[in-house]
Order: sequence, then C-alpha cells, then structure tokens
Amino acid sequence: MPGNMHPPGREITYAAAIRDGMRHMLRADENVFLMGEDVGVYGGAFGVSAGMIEEFGPERIINTPISESAAIGCAIGAAMTGMRPIVELMFSDFMGVCFDQIINQAAKMRFMSGGGARVPITLRTASGGGTGAAAQHSQSLEALVAHIPGLYVAVPATPYDAKGLLISAIQNDNPVLFFEQKLLYKTTGPVPEEAYAIPLGQAAIRREGKDASIIAYGRMVTCALAAAERLAQEGIAAEVLDLRTLMPLDTGAVLRSAAKTGRVIIAHEAVTFGGFGGEIAATIAESACGLTLRAPIRRVGAKHCPVPFSKELEGYMLPDETDIISAVRQTLHIKQ
Amino acid sequence: MQTLLYRMHTARIFEERVLSYFREGALHGTMHPGIGEEGSAVGAAMALAGDDYMLATHRGHGPAIGKGADIQRMMAEIFGRETGSCRGRGGSMHITDFSCGMLGANGIVGANAPIACGAAFTIKRKGLGRVCASFLGDGALNEGAVHESMNLAAVWQLPVLFIVINNGYGMSTPLSAAMRDTDLKKRAVPYGLPAYGLDGNDAVAVYAAVKQARAKAAAGGGPAFIVCDTYRTEGHSKSDKNLYRTPQEIARWRARCPIRRLCEALLGAGILDARQLEAVRARAAQTVDDAVAFAKSSPPPNPDTLMEDVYAR
Repeated sequence: MPGNMHPPGREITYAAAIRDGMRHMLRADENVFLMGEDVGVYGGAFGVSAGMIEEFGPERIINTPISESAAIGCAIGAAMTGMRPIVELMFSDFMGVCFDQIINQAAKMRFMSGGGARVPITLRTASGGGTGAAAQHSQSLEALVAHIPGLYVAVPATPYDAKGLLISAIQNDNPVLFFEQKLLYKTTGPVPEEAYAIPLGQAAIRREGKDASIIAYGRMVTCALAAAERLAQEGIAAEVLDLRTLMPLDTGAVLRSAAKTGRVIIAHEAVTFGGFGGEIAATIAESACGLTLRAPIRRVGAKHCPVPFSKELEGYMLPDETDIISAVRQTLHIKQ
Repeated sequence: MQTLLYRMHTARIFEERVLSYFREGALHGTMHPGIGEEGSAVGAAMALAGDDYMLATHRGHGPAIGKGADIQRMMAEIFGRETGSCRGRGGSMHITDFSCGMLGANGIVGANAPIACGAAFTIKRKGLGRVCASFLGDGALNEGAVHESMNLAAVWQLPVLFIVINNGYGMSTPLSAAMRDTDLKKRAVPYGLPAYGLDGNDAVAVYAAVKQARAKAAAGGGPAFIVCDTYRTEGHSKSDKNLYRTPQEIARWRARCPIRRLCEALLGAGILDARQLEAVRARAAQTVDDAVAFAKSSPPPNPDTLMEDVYAR
C-alpha cells in the first residue's frame, strides 16, 4: 500500500481482523478449513478463532491432538490433493517439534516434484515476547523460515494488514508462514467489512521522513512509529518502512528509502545476531545506495539470550522504542 | 498375476540397471535399491486402485513401479534429465507421478506418514472412496512423526494404509538394536489400528491382504497397519559395503527371492508355462531398455529454468 494511512473501517482488534479474514475465506471457498490445537469451542489459545465453530461447524474448524508434525503434515497432504488448509500452530516456538514438515516437506514439495505439487497452506502462529511466557513461548523465529526457499513469510503490524495479508496468504498457492504478534492481538485499528487482499511482497511507508529510515516489521513497527514521533519533537524526521512480508522481500522499497535518507536503522524483536536485519543490511550494502549512505547501518534487536521470565529481565532483553531512538541518534552522530 | 510378475521383474531389472550405471560412474548422486523387497513393494502398491494416493520412502522405486508410475520418466529422473518425473529436480529419492496418484518418495524417514493423513483427509472430506498408502520401513517406526500419524489416522478414522516394509535393518542397525520388542504388529495395538503381519516375499499374499485392507478403508472402515517381513539383498545405498551382515545371511535371503517364488507358484498352478514366464521377464527387460534409451536421449534441464518451481506462480 503506497499511503501511510489505512482506509476507513470499523475499529476492531488485530485478532478479530485475522478472524474476519478467515471467515471471508471459509465462506468463499469450501476447500478452506482451519485446524489446530483448541481452535474449536475454546477459540484458540489467543481467542483468534472464537465463535468460528458456531458458523462453520467442527468439520471445518477442527481440533487436532497435540501433535504438531501430524497436523502440519496433514495440512500438506490435504493441500497437495486439493484442499486449502489454515493451520494454527499455538506458539511459533513449537516449530521446533514439527520443523521437518515445515522446512523439508511443505517448502520443498513443489520443487522436488518438478512443479507437480501445489502446497497452498497458511500456517498461522503466535510470535514474540513481552508476555512473561519465558524462553519457550516468546521467540521471534521468522528468520529461520525466511531462509528456506519455497516458503513465504508474513509478519503483519496492524489489524488492517493482518486481514489483508491473511487473505492473500490463504489465496496463495504456496506455504505461507503467518507470524501473528502476540502483543498486537488486542490492539485496534480500522478494518473494512469487505474482503480485500494485500499482495505479499509490498512494504508500506508508515511515516515519511528525510533524515533516517527505520525499517521494521511486526510489533517493532509500533515502536518505530513511537520513536519517530519523539524524534520529530527534536526536529529529526525519521521515515518508518513496514516490510509486511520478509519473503517476498520488497527490496525496491528498502533501497528507495535507504537512498532517500542515507541513514538506516533496522528494528526487529528477534535476536539481532543472525536475524533478518542482517539480510536487509546486506541487501542495502550490496546495492549502489550502499555507497551513498551517510552513516553505518544500525540494527536494533533482542540481546543474544533466551527470552527470560522476570519482567525486568524480559524488558531489558527485548528491544523497544528507546533503543530505536538511540540508534537513530547514533546514525545522526548525536550524543546520547 | 501376470501384471504383478511383470512389474516385479520391471522393478528388479530397473534397479539392477541403475546400480550398474552407478558402478560405472555414469550417474550422479545415489540410490537406495529395494532388490529383494519386490514382493512387498510391488505387491502392496499394485493392490491399490489406480486413483488411490500413495507416498513412498527413499527406497521408492518398487512401490512407484507397482503403482504404475511412468518408467521412462522415472529413469530419466535418475539420469537427471528434463523429461524426468521431477524434471531432474528430485532424483531417485523424490520420484513423483501425480498421474498415478504417486504423491512422492521422501528422503526423510517417516515424514510421509503425516502427509498421507492429509491426502486421506481430502479423500474422507470429499467422499472420494479411495485410500492413501504410506510406505514405511521398519526404521521409521521409531520416528515420532509416524506415531503421531498412526494416532491421527486412528482418531479421525482416515483411510490410510501404513505399509511397513520390514527389511530388518535401519541402514546398518538391526531391528533388535533399535527396539526392544521386534514384533512390529504390536505397534498398531495402542492406536487401535487393525494389524496385518505378512510374509513380504509372498507377493500374492501381500497383494491379497492389502487389497482387503484397502477395500475396508475405502469404504470408511478406517486405517490399517500392514507389516511385510522381507529383506533387501543389496546394500542400503550404492555406497554400502555390507559390513554389518554376513554373506551367508544375504545368500539365504537371495534363495527366497520373491520373483522366483511367484514364478514357481504360477508354474505350479499351471497359469503360465516356462516360456510364458520368460516372455514376461523379457518384456520387463525391454521396458527398462526403452526407458534407458529415452533417458539417454533426453536433454538435461536448462539452468535458466532452475527457479521455475521454487514457488507456484
């Protein structure tokens, strides 16, 4: 979406927007169904599918056993034979118990079969920390899967995007990993009633600026906007670019913003080391605009540590708007 | 029965030919021969209906040929040619032929079982009256994905046939070193699956039992677990030196060759005479010759097409 603002619509939560997107697709296509742990009467661990079983019934809103390899493999086999499954993986950390089905099966079926297989799966999963859920229920693991050819990766930052990107993901004939941001589930924003699709691979400029580019995705977009607002009070005009999807990556939007401001700060909640920010930095460094940068690229991410439990430790470990502000100031050579 | 014999011969000759090309250094990569297992691999796959689905393991040539996969495209795939089953992207370990319901051989042990549940889910949801077979080895029975799938298939009553080709070894590790109780049928009990224990070198018995299980599953009777005891008389892959088993053991099993056994049965029952038996073998050899000729005359894939199938457009 080229503009900064979303079109008008009802104010609903990020979780409700995802539900809205699923509802549209289940109504539109009988081959679409949702399965996952406790997605039925319980409504999913975060309430995203609340009430859906009443409309669509247990044949299409399907509780699985706690058996993630079987559930994701089942989605793959169903997709290969004509269905269009949505799978909810309760926490993205649980990819650890079904990683083979994601990276060796879903991602590679089409390629290994010489284009014979089609694997239209949407794997929705709750991602991120800040909830006091500690090391095994708080990670941001999107870079792991963005690395695998054959997978698409979406990380929506707003309710409007959550619905539009989800509809695109379900319509897409490839496996899409859809990282829902736990701390955004209850945030609200305008979401139109009707169905609409946001194409995968189109970043959005959330705030225009000339002095520095903050490139972010997911929950960090909110932090980046808050940081930009505070910087504006100091006379610094920071641009905020929301990637929306990591694969496909909107390389053009990244390079345009970097070329425009000459200063780049990349912010994600994931651990900085080996995170997706490195890919963005390299993309910029390898391009012609790498030569015109006015300051070294800076990354803002989590410390190299499992997500801790204690509120004080967790807050210290995860990045926030203050970290973004200080990174922007550093690129502008402003003393802290 | 003639078709069964023909496909078993085809699988045997196909793999012998491919192995010989590997030994000459004429082929790139590797293969996992199922020579000696044809009674199970071909017998079980042939018992499936034409539009049934199946998924195979890394040792997948026999089941694919049993299911009726295109032999020429299979051979071209192993030769890495554009005309191959997977356009040269998959090789021996990933043979796929959607035209006969063969959804793919898989390089990860046990990983096809969850996918088979998914194909069976579609069958059940759409009321197609088919089944999906998941071919597994004995080695896969210690993989979590297989246990999860047996459970899911049972609790959702999916039309999945878990067909275990028990060749006694997980690569070099004998069954007795991999599980305490080697009676594989018992693995079905806690999941509430009916189990069949078969002499896997008796192709006719395998065919008949799978046919029966298939009919029940296709009619909505739920999944089944079928164990075929057999042996691979060649190594795990082309690079196996057979250090973990004796020549005597291999010779003992060679003497129990499932193809010879079927020939003797057909001869004994007066269904085919010696000349007719030889004609079936010769026809299979001709099929493989033609496949080799097709593969050799096919072009390799053009590198410009590499990225075509990473994503569906």
